[in-house]
Amino acid sequence: MQTTSPQGMAQGMAQGMAQGMVYGVILNDRPTLDRLGPALSQPPYGAPPKAPILYIKPYNTHVGNGATVRLPRGAERVEVAATLGLVIGRDATALDEATATDAVAGLRPILDVSLPNPSVYRPPVRERCFDGSCPMGGTLPYAAVAGPEALTLRTLVNGTLAAERSLSDLVRPPARLLAEVTGFMTLRAGDILHLGIALNGPQAGAGDRVRLEIDGFAPLDIAIEDAAAEGETP
Amino acid sequence: MKRARILLDGTVHAAVEEEGRLRLSDGRLVALDGDGPETVTWLPPVEPRTIFALGLNYADHAKELAFKAPETPLVFLKGPNTITGHQASTRRPADATFMHYECELAVVIGRTARDVPRDRAYEVVAGYSVANDYAIRDYLENYYRPNLRVKNRDGCTPLGPWLVDAADVPDPMNLSLRTLVNGRVTQEGSTRDMIFDVPHLIAYLSSIMTLSPGDVILTGTPEGLADVVPGDTVTTEIEGIGSLVNHIVPDSITANR
Repeated sequence: MQTTSPQGMAQGMAQGMAQGMVYGVILNDRPTLDRLGPALSQPPYGAPPKAPILYIKPYNTHVGNGATVRLPRGAERVEVAATLGLVIGRDATALDEATATDAVAGLRPILDVSLPNPSVYRPPVRERCFDGSCPMGGTLPYAAVAGPEALTLRTLVNGTLAAERSLSDLVRPPARLLAEVTGFMTLRAGDILHLGIALNGPQAGAGDRVRLEIDGFAPLDIAIEDAAAEGETP
Repeated sequence: MKRARILLDGTVHAAVEEEGRLRLSDGRLVALDGDGPETVTWLPPVEPRTIFALGLNYADHAKELAFKAPETPLVFLKGPNTITGHQASTRRPADATFMHYECELAVVIGRTARDVPRDRAYEVVAGYSVANDYAIRDYLENYYRPNLRVKNRDGCTPLGPWLVDAADVPDPMNLSLRTLVNGRVTQEGSTRDMIFDVPHLIAYLSSIMTLSPGDVILTGTPEGLADVVPGDTVTTEIEGIGSLVNHIVPDSITANR
């Protein structure tokens, strides 16, 4: 067991307050919906999704470019799913699709690191909330990018292309996604809503170097390493 | 000690309960809830960092929802947009047909902690509060269920009125809970009936990830769900922790959507 002093905790709280929440999205890409196809109408799902399906990457997951991501204990492989985050510039509730992107300040490459799990029935806390599992790259102003749907995400593992995805595959492009999500919850200034990950992404293990390349953005580089031993300071 | 955060005359104050009144950090003593000349607005007693919530963590409630009791904790996360204070209003969406309260013991973490053994779990608890974790069942979908549209709505998780110091709660696993709608008891239970108790939850979560001060664990609710509608006053109470009042109002923001 590790704990830290009240001084460390105050610092941690302050850091947590300084940044927003990261909301992730699944089943917002046509290839994943096509691949799952009839399974989405079978138990336990019963019917294809209607509203955007979100998950939360809490503060302990947030790390920057160059981070070392530790495997959860007992895991040998993690999935690394590339996406782009919409950095919210002002509190946003019930946005209209026509003007929704006015609330977006920037765009940020994200590698969502997770434990592989083919099921998306229950909230993915064990799979997606371990420490360091949300590496995020540098932010570009939203206006500086011609249109996110024209971008291609290239994931390289040890320098070899492992996945390539065009954001032309989005079921809900940014404006539509923002309108639907803020229809049921407020996104606050500083929060990030990502555009969705493709499920069943490329995998990496200890010692692997993963890079996300998106034209116009600085690359996002992370290293995957073995779990810290229990009680060891990572 | 029972701690609160309040808004008075345009300023946020830390306060503690003192003989049925609020002692502000600047030394003033003010009355609770309209018993005096001051108008106190209650804020959530903590500004939560990561908010964990438990589904199906009471056997009777799992049965009520026709679910088998889970073998591992069913945990989901909530954003800070969901949290509101004592005596606040919560909006019921215009198209909802079933919106229910959930009276829950809230555990507030006080230390950064990883891999906490069950027998030391209480060492990382700062205190306890009462939460009412509303759900709008109309929006349930079987993806990351309970999905955020059901459980992550603005102001749908009142928290408070107090943060009660852990030292003042000798046995958090033996507290009675109840909910009253317009004064009538609709939900009753005891924290002793949790499937995964507080030490188990802290051990489980801290085995997955680092817990931090200000993290809040909402530990689930017993059976006794009922629909609530605009005009209802919903009081969720936990023995020794507090009585949290909330008012249901229509949703003017989503009324036309």
